[in-house]
Amino acid sequence: MGRGWAIALHGGAGIDPNITLHRQQEAKEHLSRYLNLGVSAIRSSLPANDVVELVVRELESDPLFNSGKGSALTEKGTVEMDASIMDGTRRRCGAVSGLMRVKNPVSLARLVMEKSPHSYLAFSGAEEFARQQGVELVDNEYFITDENRKMLKLAQDANTIMVVHFHLIFPNIHFLLFFINLNFVHATMIVLLKIGWQFDNSIPITGHAYLPETVGCVVVDGQGRCAAATSTGGLMNKMSGRIGDTPLIGSGTYACNLCGVSCTGEGEAIIRATLARDVAAVMEYKGLGLQEAVDFVLKEKLDDGAEAGIIAVSREGEVACGFNSIGMFRGFATEDGFMEVAIWDSMKQ
Amino acid sequence: MGWAIALHGGAGDIPHSLPPERRLPREACLRHCLQIGVDALTSRKSPLDVIELVVRELENNPHFNAGRGSVLTTSGTVEMEACIMDGKSMRCGAVSGLTTVVNAISLSRLVMEKTPHLAYVGYGLQYIVFYQEYHYTTRMLQGIETVDASHFITQENVERLKQAKEANRVQVDYTQPVEKDVKRDELKPDGDSQIGTVGCVAVDSEGNLAAATSTGGLVNKMVGRIGDTPIICAGTYANSLCAVSATGKGEAIIRGTVARDVAALMEFKGMSLQEAAALVVGDRVPKGHVGLVAVSATGEVTMPFNTTGMFRACATEDGHSEIAIWDS
Repeated sequence: MGRGWAIALHGGAGIDPNITLHRQQEAKEHLSRYLNLGVSAIRSSLPANDVVELVVRELESDPLFNSGKGSALTEKGTVEMDASIMDGTRRRCGAVSGLMRVKNPVSLARLVMEKSPHSYLAFSGAEEFARQQGVELVDNEYFITDENRKMLKLAQDANTIMVVHFHLIFPNIHFLLFFINLNFVHATMIVLLKIGWQFDNSIPITGHAYLPETVGCVVVDGQGRCAAATSTGGLMNKMSGRIGDTPLIGSGTYACNLCGVSCTGEGEAIIRATLARDVAAVMEYKGLGLQEAVDFVLKEKLDDGAEAGIIAVSREGEVACGFNSIGMFRGFATEDGFMEVAIWDSMKQ
Repeated sequence: MGWAIALHGGAGDIPHSLPPERRLPREACLRHCLQIGVDALTSRKSPLDVIELVVRELENNPHFNAGRGSVLTTSGTVEMEACIMDGKSMRCGAVSGLTTVVNAISLSRLVMEKTPHLAYVGYGLQYIVFYQEYHYTTRMLQGIETVDASHFITQENVERLKQAKEANRVQVDYTQPVEKDVKRDELKPDGDSQIGTVGCVAVDSEGNLAAATSTGGLVNKMVGRIGDTPIICAGTYANSLCAVSATGKGEAIIRGTVARDVAALMEFKGMSLQEAAALVVGDRVPKGHVGLVAVSATGEVTMPFNTTGMFRACATEDGHSEIAIWDS
């Protein structure tokens, strides 16, 4: 442990356990590629802000991940993207929401941080700013993939796609059932309760499609400067106008002089847990180390049953990661030669 | 222990020379809102009900920068945002970009309590919903009053926008008016070129906390600019320890994660409400940029600010009450 650069990136937490091997390979290849791009950039002395932006741009342009091209679709079948970036050294930040034509949301977020008097712009105001700044604009069609069109149709036709997590108290069993309709969930629960099963009330019944959302990158450069950036298309079939945790400073993204943090997972839970800020806050106010802090907030600050993943770097050149979901697309590298790209197996216990 | 309530009508460079015709109506409103809040608390209404009630009142009053009386964007329009958080459950709801909703805080509450999303069951949902005209849906607006956008615009704010454009800067809650050329025909009244956010925090005698904030934002802000108010970490926060509502320069409050940090200092460093709030206002945000009101689960109140003044009022069950603008 000592000073040095470090980088971590993610492509979303909460992965379909039935994801094909081919898909897994593809994801790992892409993550490796972007990780190496980030490492080269750091080695050529690009500051942390530039590196996180550059890496997230790659992830946005990649239809495999839910941001930029390949974003999840709103209930209207369109794409509305959010992103945020934070410069740890000066604690400046920039965020955008509801983008429909900006090719790289993270870059617009950076421009908001550096070229506007504000920290957060949304919808038509953000697009107008983009136009003024001369950033690359494309049709909303550009971001939409056939695969996501299919997923949206599935979700809408069936009302929702739900994977419901049940926790039977005795014997202690966790199991998952697929439902296509909330009514079926209720009906099933009633039947099970009637035949004497007891469920753990502290785990709310949650349903969500296995659509990993959000991409992100955190970097500490050779000068010990931390930065973080996160970008997303949001939840499949979301209401138009809905904003999640990604563009909210302190929830999806945070950086200060101690660390850089990017989160992914259930937006509402991440918002109420102010997850990204809390990682830094427990380091600052409780003196916890980076990995300790990540573990602490995941365990203590997230609602029971809520799923999230966190990547973080510290100014000491450490990387940390934690997630309580089934899998998280991620990659890390540090100056002392450590490099890893992974999908399964949480690094914490 | 015991109930407590605090509310604000904005922090900023409120000049001591504020003329009576601008000061008195605001003080009267603060007094009125404090009374409403206290009455509601003593009749054992939940803190959520209390703060919604109080903030609605502040929104309806044209002298404060929320609801009617909201400052104008650079296009001369009004874009309102608000946020509400329940400390006990930590559910929250926020809205932004509203143009016709009379009480943004009530829509936030609806978002917190009712908006369905991908079949979450047993969760309080929270998200910011950014509505523009064409995004409104009937089911969402059930029980939410809307009016023509012109309802929110006041002459004072048209003037403020004009002044800000002339000075070519984005104004914070309160800044002194720019030096005027003495040859100008119009004489602007002294001071008060800005008015600020509104907010309310309350705790009942069982220690349940809630926070609410509402605003029109910054004068001459870019269309689509979102400030600190609807951001949980920044302008509004409540948990089982305290409830916080902040006001001032939104961008600085976001960077300083103000509302969350008051609670975090209490939780992670064991500070008292007063200590935590004073530290955040003193250290995490540059001078002249922030004020906040906060209450703790044990019925304490604090209202620190690092600006010239902050329109504020508070009351506690043990009989203490205060209405003030500047430092005592």
